[in-house]
Amino acid sequence: MSAATTTYREAMREAIREALRRDDRVFLMGEDVGAYGGCFAVSLGLLEEFGPERIRDTPLSEAAFVGAGIGAALGGMRPIVEIMTVNFSLLALDQILNNAATLLHMSGGQLNVPLVIRMTTGAGRQLAAQHSHSLEGWYAHIPGLRILAPATIEDARNMLWPALEDPDPVLIFEHGSLYGMSGQPRPGPVDITSAALRRSGKDITLIAYGGTTGKALAAADALSAEGIEADVIDLRVLRPLDDATIVESVGNTHRAVIVDEGWRSGSLSAEIGTRIVEQAFYQLDAPIQRVCTAEVPVPYARHLEEAALPQVPSIVAAAREAVAS
Amino acid sequence: MAGKKSARAESHRDLLRQMLRVRRFEERCVELYSGEKIRGFMHLYIGEEAVAAGVCHALATDDVVVSTYREHGHALIRGVPATTIMAEMYGKATGCSRGRGGSMHIFDVARRFYGGNAIVGGGLPLAVGLALADKLQDRNRVTVCFFGDGAMAEGGFHECVNLAALWRLPVLFACENNLYAMGTALAKSHAQTDLALRAAGYGVAAWQVDGMNVLAVADAATRAAEAIRAGAGPHFVELRTYRFRAHSMYDPDRYRSKEEIEQWKKRDPIDALVASMKAEREITNDDLAVLEKEISAEIDQAVAFAEQAPVEPVEDLSRFVYSETPLASGGARGGSVEAAS
Repeated sequence: MSAATTTYREAMREAIREALRRDDRVFLMGEDVGAYGGCFAVSLGLLEEFGPERIRDTPLSEAAFVGAGIGAALGGMRPIVEIMTVNFSLLALDQILNNAATLLHMSGGQLNVPLVIRMTTGAGRQLAAQHSHSLEGWYAHIPGLRILAPATIEDARNMLWPALEDPDPVLIFEHGSLYGMSGQPRPGPVDITSAALRRSGKDITLIAYGGTTGKALAAADALSAEGIEADVIDLRVLRPLDDATIVESVGNTHRAVIVDEGWRSGSLSAEIGTRIVEQAFYQLDAPIQRVCTAEVPVPYARHLEEAALPQVPSIVAAAREAVAS
Repeated sequence: MAGKKSARAESHRDLLRQMLRVRRFEERCVELYSGEKIRGFMHLYIGEEAVAAGVCHALATDDVVVSTYREHGHALIRGVPATTIMAEMYGKATGCSRGRGGSMHIFDVARRFYGGNAIVGGGLPLAVGLALADKLQDRNRVTVCFFGDGAMAEGGFHECVNLAALWRLPVLFACENNLYAMGTALAKSHAQTDLALRAAGYGVAAWQVDGMNVLAVADAATRAAEAIRAGAGPHFVELRTYRFRAHSMYDPDRYRSKEEIEQWKKRDPIDALVASMKAEREITNDDLAVLEKEISAEIDQAVAFAEQAPVEPVEDLSRFVYSETPLASGGARGGSVEAAS
């Protein structure tokens, strides 16, 4: 029996529904997750199905409800906390860094925090600077956290349960452009430890994650028409990074383009590039290329926003340059 | 009547013993700090003992405490052994946090002591969440969150009291108002210095208590805890107190006068309780001497334990960044004593 067609949004909702059914310690809380159905309609209908104890609307108090999620996890629950977008997660950054990521170590191993925090990330919808950040790279800087970036419907559907089973805090970044993506997901389970090779080629490695994975695949199609065959790696897990998959691919192709919707300076792309240099320097036949968001606050106007973000043509151009050198 | 009177005397003796343990423990810590046995930031509770002793007097064994970086007193009174606290301050492997936390990060999950939080106001959301977990799992417990007057200037305080009130969570907000946020006087931090009044604005039962009077604190905390257990939602007590020592070992204490400190020392909560117990013939000088001797022995033992304790091997530096074992299905580890109960 083939899987039914569904969307990324519905897959995520089904994952939450499954978790709520499987484990009565699981509950969802966040701004507008209940009556409104979730800012991106992910939790639509769950309030009616599971009631207000398990689908908890919170006030606009990111520090309080994220911290309360940490406390509830310490108290034996398995909370899923939804932060409307990564932009607002900064209001809870202290709780995420100083408590969620730190308590286990600082308590000498006594306090593990089995918490999942989901949030939307990314630009591309003309929402201007304050609603268009891609800050998952900042979170990937922090020891103690596991950072996931589902780029496919399968991962949207299947990453949540292993994240809830993880004894430590897991942050799931859902790129806002993906919710409407439709397809037929294969049934789970999936791991939350490794990167995935989404396409195989011998000439160059394109490394992407989340919202840029589709762009990297489209770029690979365009490159193929020119006779350049690309490996496309979907990182899936931004911390801890799966170095082995990256290094193995670069070992085969000898060239790499890293695509990251974060800013270039001090970014995840910088970290990945450094790891390639550290672990596969002698395999490289060309300088590593990076395609990142321009170092400006993401602007509103459509043409300016498009110019600021990694796009298929810029990925193709970077790949051509790497192959030519 | 005789039974009631002796129970009262017994309870007074317990309060005195707890306050004295904290006082003498910290006096020894000062010596050890000077001797460079203890390093880092160390914040003393001396002068404020009536707050921890009084509030904890109202708690049951399985109630939860979330504290601040000035938490030696809360930890000792909640039963965290002096040995493991001292070893922690020495940075030793047998410290309660295996030398990862130090003075500001005392944790003891078995005693439901959840730190030891050194971000001002950072423990408040944890307390709200721990209380939420209790409510969702039908456990009739109280979570006490200690914090200072300084934390009430943080936005997180207001978010947390609102959330706890909205969800009627079993939290006792215990504000240790020692009149200074580090070196900034209350009136320079808060436009409205009646802190209980501000908490009451969230629909929470809130009142001020003389934090130098341990009996008044114990009485207030008991009333609050009983109401919380009965389902009345969060309560707030503002405990007016004073620290006799500087903010930390680095603080030259320039922002307040010697006269002010001396005035407050006349209200020493330990002296006050001893005087009232003597007046009631609940304690003799001989009893006091015995008590001091017992406490001194406990602290000597803690110091000996810390001195002899091994250090964590450097090879173990990166342990406890991630959990070493997966959670058992349907159960948890660490904080999860909860799930089993």
